Amino acid sequence: NESAPQESESNQIVSCSKIHIPSNHLGGFNRSNANDGRLLSSSPGAGTGGTATGNNKPAPGPPEEQQTLLAVLQFLKKSKLAESAEILRREAGLPEDALDPKGTDASGSGPGLAAGSGQVDGVDASSLLSRVTVSSSAAAQAPKKAAAGEDQPDVSVVLSAYSQQGDPSLYDAYYSGLKRFIESVLDCHRAELSQLFYPLFVHMYLELVYNNNESVAKAFFEKFSGDQECYYEQDLRILSSLTKKEHMKGNETLLDFRTSKFVLRISRDSYQLLKRHLQERQNNQIWNIIQEHLYIDIFDGMPRSKSQIDAMSGSLAGEARREANKAKVFYGLLKEPEIELPLDDEDEEAENEEGKPKKKKPKKDSMGSKSKKQDPNAPLQTRIPLPELKDSDKLDKIMYMKESTKRIRLGSDNLPSICFYTFLNAYQGLTAVDVTDDSSLIAGGFADSTVRVWSVTPKKLRKVKSAADLNLIDKESDDVLERIMDEKTASELKILYGHSGPVYGISFSPDRNYLLSSSEDGTIRLWSLQTFTCLVGYKGHNYPVWDTQFSPYGYYFVSGGHDRVARLWATDHYQPLRIFAGHLADITCTRFHPNSNYVATGSSDRTIRLWDVLNGNCVRIFTGHKGPIHALAFSPNGKFLASGATDGRVLLWDIGHGLMVGELKGHTDTIYSLRFSRDGEILASGSMDNTVRLWDAMKAFDDLETDDFTAATGHIHLQDNSQELLLGTYMTKSTPVLHLHFTRRNLLLAAGAYNP
Amino acid sequence: MSERRFAEVSRDSVKLMAESAGLELGDEVAALLAEDVCYRLREAAQSSAQFMRHAKRKKLTVDDFNKALRWSNVEAICGYGAQDAMLFRSVKEGELFFVEDRDINLIELALATNIPKGCAETMVRANVAYLDGKGNVGPQGTVPAAVQSLSDDLLKYYQQITRAILGEDPHLMKVALQDLQSNSKIAALLPYFVYVISGVKSVSHDLEQLNRLLHMVKSLVQNPYLYLGSYVRSLVSSVMYCILEPLAASINPLNDHWTLRDYAALLLSHIFWTHGDLVSGLYRQILLSLQKVLSDPVRPLCSHYGAVVGLHALGWKAVERVLFPHLPAYWANLQAVLDDYSVSNAQVKADGHKVYGAILVAVERLLKMKALSLPQPAEGCSSSQPGCLAGPMGYRVSSPGLSPPPEPLAEAGLGIASHLQAGGAGCQWEEWSPVPLPAMYSELYSFFGDSLAVRFSTEQSFGGFSPCTPSHFRETRKEPLGHVSNPDTTRKMPQLTANLNISPRQDGSPRTDPPPPSLAATGSVRSLARSSMQRSRASSSRSGQRSIGLSRDVFPKARFTSPHSGPPTFSFVIGGRQMGRRCQGRRPFQTIFVPTPPPPVVLPRVYTHKLPVIGRVCKPLRRWTRSHYSLHLPL
Repeated sequence: NESAPQESESNQIVSCSKIHIPSNHLGGFNRSNANDGRLLSSSPGAGTGGTATGNNKPAPGPPEEQQTLLAVLQFLKKSKLAESAEILRREAGLPEDALDPKGTDASGSGPGLAAGSGQVDGVDASSLLSRVTVSSSAAAQAPKKAAAGEDQPDVSVVLSAYSQQGDPSLYDAYYSGLKRFIESVLDCHRAELSQLFYPLFVHMYLELVYNNNESVAKAFFEKFSGDQECYYEQDLRILSSLTKKEHMKGNETLLDFRTSKFVLRISRDSYQLLKRHLQERQNNQIWNIIQEHLYIDIFDGMPRSKSQIDAMSGSLAGEARREANKAKVFYGLLKEPEIELPLDDEDEEAENEEGKPKKKKPKKDSMGSKSKKQDPNAPLQTRIPLPELKDSDKLDKIMYMKESTKRIRLGSDNLPSICFYTFLNAYQGLTAVDVTDDSSLIAGGFADSTVRVWSVTPKKLRKVKSAADLNLIDKESDDVLERIMDEKTASELKILYGHSGPVYGISFSPDRNYLLSSSEDGTIRLWSLQTFTCLVGYKGHNYPVWDTQFSPYGYYFVSGGHDRVARLWATDHYQPLRIFAGHLADITCTRFHPNSNYVATGSSDRTIRLWDVLNGNCVRIFTGHKGPIHALAFSPNGKFLASGATDGRVLLWDIGHGLMVGELKGHTDTIYSLRFSRDGEILASGSMDNTVRLWDAMKAFDDLETDDFTAATGHIHLQDNSQELLLGTYMTKSTPVLHLHFTRRNLLLAAGAYNP
Repeated sequence: MSERRFAEVSRDSVKLMAESAGLELGDEVAALLAEDVCYRLREAAQSSAQFMRHAKRKKLTVDDFNKALRWSNVEAICGYGAQDAMLFRSVKEGELFFVEDRDINLIELALATNIPKGCAETMVRANVAYLDGKGNVGPQGTVPAAVQSLSDDLLKYYQQITRAILGEDPHLMKVALQDLQSNSKIAALLPYFVYVISGVKSVSHDLEQLNRLLHMVKSLVQNPYLYLGSYVRSLVSSVMYCILEPLAASINPLNDHWTLRDYAALLLSHIFWTHGDLVSGLYRQILLSLQKVLSDPVRPLCSHYGAVVGLHALGWKAVERVLFPHLPAYWANLQAVLDDYSVSNAQVKADGHKVYGAILVAVERLLKMKALSLPQPAEGCSSSQPGCLAGPMGYRVSSPGLSPPPEPLAEAGLGIASHLQAGGAGCQWEEWSPVPLPAMYSELYSFFGDSLAVRFSTEQSFGGFSPCTPSHFRETRKEPLGHVSNPDTTRKMPQLTANLNISPRQDGSPRTDPPPPSLAATGSVRSLARSSMQRSRASSSRSGQRSIGLSRDVFPKARFTSPHSGPPTFSFVIGGRQMGRRCQGRRPFQTIFVPTPPPPVVLPRVYTHKLPVIGRVCKPLRRWTRSHYSLHLPL
């Protein structure tokens, strides 16, 4: 059901995964041989064919013996008996890099797949699928065998474990044993170790299901599903519906779970405690799963409290690893092109705007642009190529500056007025809204595949005349731009037809000449707002495209959809320039950083990722939401990110430090829109619960105490001050708030469809 | 499993489906299939939820589900795209459930003449919802302004209603008022109606129109679905206009603007007691404006009358606070009017009498309530006392008359409760120095003389309410008073004392006359008061008899006996008694009237009105004929 990928995309992928894999490698020791392991496994497989098939059957014979040897080798290595291991390896004639025996097929294909599904997803779907099925079958059996052997001091037990395949009836005992242990430890450790419950539970359940122990699995689920944190409910529901091995193949959620390592952050003390316990009890099943499927990010220091843990957990794959958020992010703003208000020396300015660092303009920007000096945190002006300013852009910039002088200074005691654009007679069909930066146009995407553009000023929408008519006009005249417009077509509303599915995302270009729309039909379309026709259909996502957005500088745009990858496009390329892969579930929303160098994506896997446009790297992973993320907003200064999800919470993130810095509770339903006021003092959030809420963003960010320790450890401690930060709750009239927009003068525009 | 998390497709269902497709399935296969179907359904449901979320809806539609199916390479289901919920029906025998799927006759559909209107075009409407983060223009959480702005239907409704109310057809008016009173969807029209009502100022020449507008006010006020909000102020000012202004209509003495004023006063108290809390300081404002009118000697008497009835309607506290302190000053003016026997003054004098009567009634109740609030009624018979007060107020507004303003009774007191509250509250709300009852009485007595005394004592004794206190009090008080106050004072209003001659008249028909119907009704037979006035009138004679003795004791105090009978033309029925025949009541009025030039026409009609006017204040218009006499009974 998926079409073959385009050549160039796969090329992209390769480059991406290269960047990506190393970060995966930093973790577990048995991970390091992931790729090599696969290579290795085919050799003992006696060339029976596929990668995993050889080892798949635990049939007697050379392969199995070799496995046992590998298991022993593994054990020796773990027990730091390096010399013995070396001797054994030499005696057995095993290759140098076979130190991780079970890596052969089990973990080998596991991480391999993780990388694959993460980064290759949606590119070569059919081939991916085959790999997934093969490897998952391999992964499920092998780990257990290897698991049993891994830490077992007695070799005979290792061997018996192979044949036994793990006693399903013992799972219950294992789990409850661990549960008892965790409940009995000191409070400070209990919260940390409790994190283990959920991933262990899921993996044990899946193993049971995989081994066709359906009734045991069901009982296991019944018994322990109630213990899990409530924010995993959604996943548990999916899990509970899955009781057959056959069903596992197609279930994406579970594939993600199996193939990606669930990340836990645990203090060293707690981890030692756990390790000791498991070794004492010889609870190998659990230990194996921990080794196999979990990534435990151990840190030194005080164990975290329950609230600290809860704040960060909730995503599909656990927390982000600390290393994942270490990369330097240039969150500063680009220097604004200096434009003199008098329009005379435009040419000079145009040069200036090219961003050549050489020229130091003697004349100062009369408007006192914020970025007079280069922000140390800002990327180089030329870090990514940005389009040149056209004359019209400069005019617009001047307009913008003029408007901003009239801007109202907002604050907790000076709240914005709210103007609501209500879509009437939308018949529940309004799926997306966007407003131009100058608030002159509003566009709606509809479930009936149309995009409708309204002018909200008295100026009507006019098309450019037809080519024949254009020939007739005097091209030398001053008002040629006016003359090319066809007065007959003037109307308040233009409807754009072209998509063949609901339009889920729309975005105006900053210069108001173009409109992007992304649809369920898998395409993104670029429309001209001069001719009101479709210019390009960008195909690449083979699945619904949930969101798209223009770069604040135009030209680039980003899209994300059901295929779990976000793509960066340029309007003049029909193929994507970058593919951002890594999310484990649908990408639900995409936003450009104000400096256009980064892209944030929110996903159904309940994480937010920040991608570097320059090299396609994922530079930040934010976890903490307990539901799919549907709204993102960068603060105007580029330092912070706000995100809203179906859980009704807004989370605030410090991009530079990669930390969660605030939690705004109040909404009772999905948040579909977030927007900072022009100067960043106020954050407005609009939700399905028919309210707009205003939050004191200044206070939220001012109160931060991001000391080095917090920054280093990532242990945030959020105070619950939502109520103090909430400046107002504004009811709409049975209208979910789909879009928010601050005009250049800081009037808040909200839009939504009236749902009687 | 103890709990089933999901609806499950049973094995039997699968088998049935297979059979319908002509396949035979083994149990095992069916079970496997059933499980798989369940799983696939859940999977599809879960992925369709994603489409719902992205469409920013809360309702999962068939479309969403079909999309999910499409993306998992399953054919979409057709034919279920309707917006409305499916009818899911069950057949009792056989436990069969199915979606109702009616046959549609395409021919009929095609030939149908009522072509459905196309869907309205999607549009965007902008409205400023909140200014500076606070003032929200328009109430929160209701329909959007665009929808709220008058639809054609509402406009039509508005036109029809106003036309009906202000039009000729009384029946139509009644229907319109009825609807106005109960319609729950006219909130949007409220400002318009209020505007219409504010038109009272332009129709002050037309009593009929004024009346209708007041009816409109009443309907709006009584509509439980309307939130009047700040419109209360506007309504009050319209009503006050009717009460206080020297209406153009009152130039013609034939116009019964008195009734209008009474009605308006009644309405005022109603508005105040039911919606007074919506506007702060309303009570004070009303009192102030009433006081202003009262203290303005330039104003015509009808305005003064309005002020008095207004005060009376607002309750005895209002009377005590405003009217009573003002009385001495006002009295001089009124006295002058009443003492002027010149022919040219006849009309004014008649008006003066109206005012006099109104004051008397107001003052009377003041005294009564005052007396009541002091000694807490201990006996069971106390109920009769409030009864006589509440009696006349079958209307739900009535309670205001009893209880002090700051605590509007939710539902006008019917009987005891309201009374208790009235009594209890009477003591709470005193910030100005209240005149002690004896002093008040003596002062009032100096103005009204025996006319006051009789009413006061009569009622007290009639009610059987602590006969000793008031009557003793009266006796002890009165005697000295009679001596102390110079004869002139007491005799100032000789004509009015004449109403004492009721009691002599009673002598004439001892059996039937004595008890005021309402008293009778309100006394022991409280429940009858409202529902069966007619009967109470008839029964009044009997029930009243018990108290006759008492009243007789009091009546002898009367100094006047009616010397002659009134003109035979004047006849009215009071409470079903046969007093009309003798019609001696209020003779002094008549004696004045008869010689005066005013045309004879005035007599029967105007007079009948006049009487009620005095006592009617807290009675609803509709009960007019039945109950307005209650306060008059002492007559």
